[in-house]
Amino acid sequence: MTGTGEYFDEMHASDGGVRDAYAGYQQWFAEQGSKYLSRKHRDAETQFRRTGITFNVYGENEAEERLIPFDMVPRIIDAGEWRRLTRGIEQRVSALNAFMHDLYHRQEIIRAGRVPERLFRNNAAWLPNMVGFTPPGGVYTHIVGIDLVRTGPDEFFVLEDNARTPSGVSYMLENRETMMAMFPELFMRVPVESVSNYPRRLAKSLAACAPEMTQGRPNVAVLTPGIYNSAYFEHAFLADQMGAELVEGSDLRVVGGRVQMRTTRGYEPVDVIYRRVDDDFLDPLTFNPDSVLGVPGIMDVYRAGGITIANAPGTGVADDKAIYSFMPEIVEFYTGEKPLLPNVETWRCADADSLKYVLDNLAELVVKEVHGSGGYGMLIGPTSTKAEIAEFRKKIEARPENYIAQPTLALSTCPIFTRSGLAPRHVDLRPFVLVSPDNIDITPGGLTRVALKKGSLVVNSSQGGGTKDTWVLKD
Amino acid sequence: MLGRTANALFWMFRYLERAENTARLLDAGLRMALTRDLVTAEEEWRSVIATAGLRRNYEARHGSYTGMQAWNFMLREKDNPQSVLAMFGQVRDNARQSRNAVSGELWEAINDSWIQIKDILAKPVPEQRVGEVVAMIRQAGTLAHGAIGGSMLRDQGYHFARAGTFIERADSTARILDIKYYLLLPSLSYVGSSLDAGQWDTVLRSVSGDRAYRWLNAGQIDAKGIVEFLVLDGRFPRSLAYCHSALRDQLASLARIHGREGQSDALMRDADTRLADVTIDMVFEKGLHEFILEFISTNAAIAQAISDDYRFLA
Repeated sequence: MTGTGEYFDEMHASDGGVRDAYAGYQQWFAEQGSKYLSRKHRDAETQFRRTGITFNVYGENEAEERLIPFDMVPRIIDAGEWRRLTRGIEQRVSALNAFMHDLYHRQEIIRAGRVPERLFRNNAAWLPNMVGFTPPGGVYTHIVGIDLVRTGPDEFFVLEDNARTPSGVSYMLENRETMMAMFPELFMRVPVESVSNYPRRLAKSLAACAPEMTQGRPNVAVLTPGIYNSAYFEHAFLADQMGAELVEGSDLRVVGGRVQMRTTRGYEPVDVIYRRVDDDFLDPLTFNPDSVLGVPGIMDVYRAGGITIANAPGTGVADDKAIYSFMPEIVEFYTGEKPLLPNVETWRCADADSLKYVLDNLAELVVKEVHGSGGYGMLIGPTSTKAEIAEFRKKIEARPENYIAQPTLALSTCPIFTRSGLAPRHVDLRPFVLVSPDNIDITPGGLTRVALKKGSLVVNSSQGGGTKDTWVLKD
Repeated sequence: MLGRTANALFWMFRYLERAENTARLLDAGLRMALTRDLVTAEEEWRSVIATAGLRRNYEARHGSYTGMQAWNFMLREKDNPQSVLAMFGQVRDNARQSRNAVSGELWEAINDSWIQIKDILAKPVPEQRVGEVVAMIRQAGTLAHGAIGGSMLRDQGYHFARAGTFIERADSTARILDIKYYLLLPSLSYVGSSLDAGQWDTVLRSVSGDRAYRWLNAGQIDAKGIVEFLVLDGRFPRSLAYCHSALRDQLASLARIHGREGQSDALMRDADTRLADVTIDMVFEKGLHEFILEFISTNAAIAQAISDDYRFLA
């Protein structure tokens, strides 16, 4: 298998040789028998099922648990590439944070005419309760996942900013554990940066964001909607690894101006909540009154400085795809620098000119809902039928402001292990970023998602994608 | 520890124990049926279903007792919330609830067993496989107990889990004794008479006490001896006396960890006092049934008090 030239191949150069980052791996791989590798492939699946690393799929059989397919060929990034990426990510994340603060305070960027006011006015994630309030330490996006795609040796693009509740970090960690358990000898030969201290870094970063009111060591808890949530495994895993409590809304109540959890000894205050429930469900007194997932009164405690909520309520504004389209302006406005990581070219259907272009070129474009996520509600022009395109056209015409469009990118490929040997499949990359008042910490690695179907560009796990271990090589 | 987590650990082990006890009962039923005709041993299966406390539920759905129907009802029938499949589902759900309070070994033991049990119970179990299923369920319990013993911090979580085990086990042994007593003895005057040794053997089998009892009693089977063994012999890990003593240790540890005693400790002390000086003759004098009813209700009151003392629910 060699790079065909049509897509950038992470492993192979266009002349058919192996790219430097993969040299050590390729050498090891060539020495392995195919039977041995096939057996390891099956072992990995059994291991995942045993440890219960599953995600729930809604709508089928209540909550059926599924495995995310794991591919055992790692995605490898060399130290130089990683340094360039991290600089770009740091820049983007600090801009995002500054933008959130600005949006909920003086809105300089709007006054300066760099982004239109309608961007947040029409944004369902915008929270009036956050206006004029600064979260402890000034941090809005404590945990961020930036989705990147690659189209060439030095061409990385940001596909999406996940500033609300990025998931998948447990897969990064378990994929590595699985690889190390299966191929210890490989890690002795190839120097790979460790990711295993992520939970410790997360705990430290969250503790550094504790409110001033905290006495002694901050009490950190992970708030989950419960065992039927699709990412419950990850919530439990992170709490376990951090040595934090895994709480549900029913475990918490506001007592004496603090959020407290019901323990076998009585109520004990929580200082920092890493919440994995959406804003809408956080506080039935402030938001959705029917929700039992949250804590009545938590927003009042929050605004009085009694608790840190990570990520801050209202941060979801930044995940909006219309905001995404303005990220180059946003980065420049707050950092005074050109963005190091470019956006994918994006047409906003809200603009008449763009709309016309999009409608004229639907067959070549990917069209996404502004507020959509997880590969739902989108059109992939090149792989859609005429009827599908016609139907989507009607949706766009009815509500143009609800859509953006992007060119179909020539996503890089990385080999996966198949019965008949290695085969190229498209991949993306989600590095995980931790933000505390004076630090941005990026774990060297991330989650590589891979489209398992030949030719497919959709890597979402909900759409049948798989994952790979992601290696950042040491210098 | 969160009250909810304590509750989940407690119930995880109660359900595990219940699933295991169901497997034991099935084992005893199979053994009885094998000495007759496996499929038509109607009386035997009726008594097994009754002992499991499922008679009403079973008869609402099935007109007759056949082996195949009885064990599939106990193992996997959807309408039976006390089926092994449903209970093991509860075990795993509770393990998920308390995922960050149980060790990796314990979680994997439970999860692995769940995968196998769910798989084998996906379809009706034919007679060639029922023995294998029963063995698998019992092994699941053994694995979990081994995993918790060898890997869990002796902290409150451990003691809640163990307390759940002994509460449930005590309840189960008491119920088996009570129902068997009435099923097997036409009236009190039969105590001590020569009863069908095979049936008493079944009682022992359903608590896995047949070998231990025979060892202690040189193979002699007699009703009074068996009742004494299951009620008062502190050496047998499923006797009421043993379960009580083990439960007392768990409660004492919990009180020590929490730095205070609660209602559960007071009830436990009362129960201890009552059991301490009892002889088997006194039990029969009072009436075994009355004795057992009182035991079951004390046991349930202690379970409720644990839940209140440690804020399981609110």
